[in-house]
Amino acid sequence: MERAWRGFKSGNWGNNIDVDNFIQLNYTPYEGDETFLVGATERTKKATKIVEDLLIEERKNNGVLKIDTDRIMTVDAFEPGYIDKDLDIIVGLQTDEPLKRGVCPFGGIRMARQACEAYGVKLGKDIEKTFEHVKTHNDGVFSVYSDEMLMVRKVGLITGLPDAYGRGRIIGDYRRLALYGVDYLIEEKKKDHKLQSNLPMTEENVRLTEEIQKQIEVLGKLKKMAASYGCDISKPAANVKEAIQWVYFAYLGAIKEENGAAMSLGRTSTFIDIYAERDLKEGIATEEQIQEYIDDFILKLRVARHLRPPVYNELFAGDPMWITEGLGGMGADGRTLVTKNSFRYLNTLYNLGPSPEPNMTVLWSEKLPEKFKQFCAQVSIDTDSIQYENDDVMRKDYGEDYSIACCVSAIKMGKQMQFFGARCNLAKILLLALNGGRDELTGIQVGPKMEPITGQLDYDEVIKRFNFYRDWLCELYVNIMNIIHYMHDKYDYEKIQMAFLDTHLSRLMAFGVAGLSVAADSLSAIKYAKVTPIFNDDNLIVDFDIKGEFPKYGNDDDKVDNIASALAKGVTQSLKLHPAYRNAKHTLSILTITSNVVYGKKTGNTPDGRRSGEPFAPGANPMHSRDTMGALASLNSVAKVKFDDCQDGVSCTFSITPETLGKNKQDQKNTLVNLMSGYFTQRAHHLNVNVLNRAKLIEARDNPERYPNLTIRVSGYAVKFNSLSKAHQEEVINRTIHTAI
Amino acid sequence: MTGYLHSIETMGAVDGPGIRTVVFMQGCFARCIYCHNPDTWKLNGGKVYEANEIVKIAKRYKPYYGKDGGVTFSGGEPLLQGEFITECMKALKKEGINSIIDTSGTYFDEHTAYAIEQAQMIILDIKHWDAKLFKEITSISQKNLLKIIEIINKKEKPVWIRQVIVPGINDTENNIKRLNEFIKNIKNIENIELLGYHNLGEAKWEKLNLKYRLKGTPQMDPKKLEKLNNLLNFPTREMLMHLEK
Repeated sequence: MERAWRGFKSGNWGNNIDVDNFIQLNYTPYEGDETFLVGATERTKKATKIVEDLLIEERKNNGVLKIDTDRIMTVDAFEPGYIDKDLDIIVGLQTDEPLKRGVCPFGGIRMARQACEAYGVKLGKDIEKTFEHVKTHNDGVFSVYSDEMLMVRKVGLITGLPDAYGRGRIIGDYRRLALYGVDYLIEEKKKDHKLQSNLPMTEENVRLTEEIQKQIEVLGKLKKMAASYGCDISKPAANVKEAIQWVYFAYLGAIKEENGAAMSLGRTSTFIDIYAERDLKEGIATEEQIQEYIDDFILKLRVARHLRPPVYNELFAGDPMWITEGLGGMGADGRTLVTKNSFRYLNTLYNLGPSPEPNMTVLWSEKLPEKFKQFCAQVSIDTDSIQYENDDVMRKDYGEDYSIACCVSAIKMGKQMQFFGARCNLAKILLLALNGGRDELTGIQVGPKMEPITGQLDYDEVIKRFNFYRDWLCELYVNIMNIIHYMHDKYDYEKIQMAFLDTHLSRLMAFGVAGLSVAADSLSAIKYAKVTPIFNDDNLIVDFDIKGEFPKYGNDDDKVDNIASALAKGVTQSLKLHPAYRNAKHTLSILTITSNVVYGKKTGNTPDGRRSGEPFAPGANPMHSRDTMGALASLNSVAKVKFDDCQDGVSCTFSITPETLGKNKQDQKNTLVNLMSGYFTQRAHHLNVNVLNRAKLIEARDNPERYPNLTIRVSGYAVKFNSLSKAHQEEVINRTIHTAI
Repeated sequence: MTGYLHSIETMGAVDGPGIRTVVFMQGCFARCIYCHNPDTWKLNGGKVYEANEIVKIAKRYKPYYGKDGGVTFSGGEPLLQGEFITECMKALKKEGINSIIDTSGTYFDEHTAYAIEQAQMIILDIKHWDAKLFKEITSISQKNLLKIIEIINKKEKPVWIRQVIVPGINDTENNIKRLNEFIKNIKNIENIELLGYHNLGEAKWEKLNLKYRLKGTPQMDPKKLEKLNNLLNFPTREMLMHLEK
């Protein structure tokens, strides 16, 4: 330890696992600009070229290059793999070849099988045979689901439940491996195990004791895996290269072991900067070397892959891993957490080119150094690859050392985990309520039975009905989530990620809603215009006669914006009435990822005039073309949805043409910085920024080969445009792109 | 007091410094042959707003203004409702919000001087330096423009000069040379920009059953526009001398 920790200021982190404390005592805030950054070395260029060629192969091969169907992917299942053994500086791949995908069947064997078949291969016989006897998470959940649960799932009232695959959204504090080495972490877990096993053996205590034992075992395997690459991770990292490598090994262990829906990296850049600064001071590394290490690390993250079936792609388009990294933010003591390394991470978008992964997330604070803000704006304008989340808002609830799971969900590093799950469809609840519990598309009686509403709709009556069905669905939703996470803990426990977390965790249960803007506009139409339902022969409301004008969400009009924020609050309050598994705290997100297309498909005509099957707006966005007052009115509407009601995040995706931002680059940067300041000082939570022209998207749709790297932000994450399905491409093209003539 | 508005654009970043709320006023007497907003001509069309409603809306966007942004009154011709915008600008000033008038200099009345007085800056769209061509393009006498320039000079208001460059009408080097001469009479020029003609307004003319005289005119070639832009005498000698001091 002594050698590895030379020169570091000691504190609590030396006695207990406390990375936050280590960072606060040892990091160097950076207020300067980007001029210190260096470009790609020849080696980096060569390695990047190899990866680019592989990506072309992957695209040609239907999006999946290779699958190893014969072994179960685990921490130590594969021999070492390299992009290029001579070029690699930061080593390690999920399997033995770049872009080769492995099979993680514990979430659900069916999904693994389907995924293999979709890409023309068969799941290996041995795996099939093994899973004749092994129960998966998926089996567990479906052995308990009630008929009613199956029904709400089937008609699309709740969509995207992680009941057939790995749940994800758990972020190990991978920095712990670099700071302490694996031996120390094992020792600490052993101590926890000892304490735990002496407690009264209630169901709860037995479960946790067993879990700790699993964590200890897998840490041992991680050590072996690292050794196969010639690295001894038993001791702490002794320099910046090792710090990066150790952090990467810890993360790599997680993505070797788990095919989770979102596998965030956490908040590593400022931590690593401490080692970089020490190496610079000691003269054992140069700026060029450090950037090269970072570039190679990021390049490795860009070739991480999971095997997923096409149905998954419908919900989460573009083959995302959500390797989310939180950059910047402020410390509790008022110093910025921006370091030189925050710049270096962003600089990879120049050195390696634009890319959706890792999912670079700038934790925006009013107090961030001005030069960092300017650089972020520049990177947004140049690459469309980063997103912004409000540190001033999140820090209040999650402290200074949190990170982002998946797209927008804050989690305290090392001390919290999230039970993630799905979204309920607000627009569909409204239609269900009007129809007295029948599904508007199939006519099936899904919820409690009531007479359908008739005649011109009365707002107060509609709201009463809506709330009744919302409460019914929320109770069901909590119960479904409780089943899912019980089974996931039981059959697909994420031992490696958990090994990098405190043994005693606080837990969040993250619910979601979709169709916020459709529901808000529909209720606004009912309140301010005259809406009369139209029935079919089966006494089912299938359409609406809408007379008169009504305020629409996205124009900074309180009349309808207040309906939207009340909808979010109502769902949160309703969910909280029902206890969550392992005492988790209920949170809510307004985030659809790309499933807004699927949700739209599953929802009939709505009282706002939206046609059956038409996509919803993503996340908390206004419906496209309904925001007629310009970009800022639209942002102001979104800003009114309160983070306090949606502590899992309020997502807004924003596209604007470069010409609208200003006539030259400097003006454009200034405008973007002012725009974000204005939005975030209103305590808005999240902004995806795209600076592009619709014409470019249309050109990329028609000539995909000419735009291999066109990256766009969709909803809490970014994708390569040409990896989207046609339906998703059309939806993205049709979104509002703010333009001023 | 009330005014007629065409619309409000909350995200204006090219209509003066900083992020600006652009208030498009209804009504214009000029009939510029390349007008891209003919739907703003009719004075009593559009929506009626109280001055305090404008202030209320602008206040919503104050968080975005930064140190430079504010409100820009555009149109239409904002000076046509000089009394109304004066009242708006006074009230905005009380809220710490600056205002800009974006005018074509085609209208002048007893309220014009008061309006210019309240504005922090003027965007002046000079349709042409030549009186005869000015009239041909706008159907209005250039005398109004000259009077407005006189007031701007007297009130020492900073000015951004603009001119739309239309192929076949004013896309010559000689035009720029003469424009350079013409604007020597304006004191505080902070910026000059030539804007390329585009035909995005044409559809609006057709919708209003109006005959579009420039039908078939090509959009301005950006390269040629840049060349003309480089011929502008800007920064002006006065500005450079000011910097020297």
